[in-house]
Amino acid sequence: MKIILNNRTEEFDIQSLTVGEMIRMKKYSFRLRIIKINGILIPSEKYETTYINDGDIVQMHYLMSGG
Amino acid sequence: MRHKDIGQHLGKFRVGIAGAGGLGSNCAAVLARAGIGSIVIADFDIVDESNLSRQYYFPEQAGMPKTEAIRDNLLRIRPGLDVITHNVRLDRENSAGIFKECNVIVEALDDSEMKRMFAETIQLLLPETPLILGSGMAGWGGNNRLRSLRIDETLYICGDESSEVSEDRPPLAPRVGIVACMQANMVVELLMNLK
Repeated sequence: MKIILNNRTEEFDIQSLTVGEMIRMKKYSFRLRIIKINGILIPSEKYETTYINDGDIVQMHYLMSGG
Repeated sequence: MRHKDIGQHLGKFRVGIAGAGGLGSNCAAVLARAGIGSIVIADFDIVDESNLSRQYYFPEQAGMPKTEAIRDNLLRIRPGLDVITHNVRLDRENSAGIFKECNVIVEALDDSEMKRMFAETIQLLLPETPLILGSGMAGWGGNNRLRSLRIDETLYICGDESSEVSEDRPPLAPRVGIVACMQANMVVELLMNLK
């Protein structure tokens, strides 16, 4: 499947995957982030039960401490 | 548009600011000067002498709740400003209620767990209200790495998204101030596009 991740096309060899699986496959290590799929916010407790499908637009951004 | 007309337009709107530390206090100060009509600001902390290195407070305010100190300072800048303060720790239960009347919300919290809690809560419970996050402003230099991203109509991020505050890389006034002003500038941009 093909998705748009942070405005870039990304291809995966499987039909769909959970948000948690995508994070592990991409080896994103920093823990605190905000994720939206097709403009809908996905709360962190739903990362393992929410699926990303072909054509989805995914936004993932890091929340660094400091303010 | 002339200065007077801009002030008149901005005077119609209410802005929410979550946190009155380095980002929130400086963002509130420039928004007060720019002419925003009403500011809702929430923080549970008191002014500490160490905050004076970057936050919009003065030495004689040490020991005061930040909400009281920022109210005094904002009213010194603009006596007619409507300032609504909440001396509370923001959480999943109270955040949406505190900011529900705001036209735009600025996230200005320091801890990244709190930032995530607040961003998730506001985006889920107030999905129509634009939210401007601050992420990545520690240290010094790197002017050109600080930027402002539009994720979609309701989510914006200001900062470099990489420099995390640590003992060796504290937040310093110039970089925190730049990001606070980027957030304020984004507020003004969004409000100028509203009728």
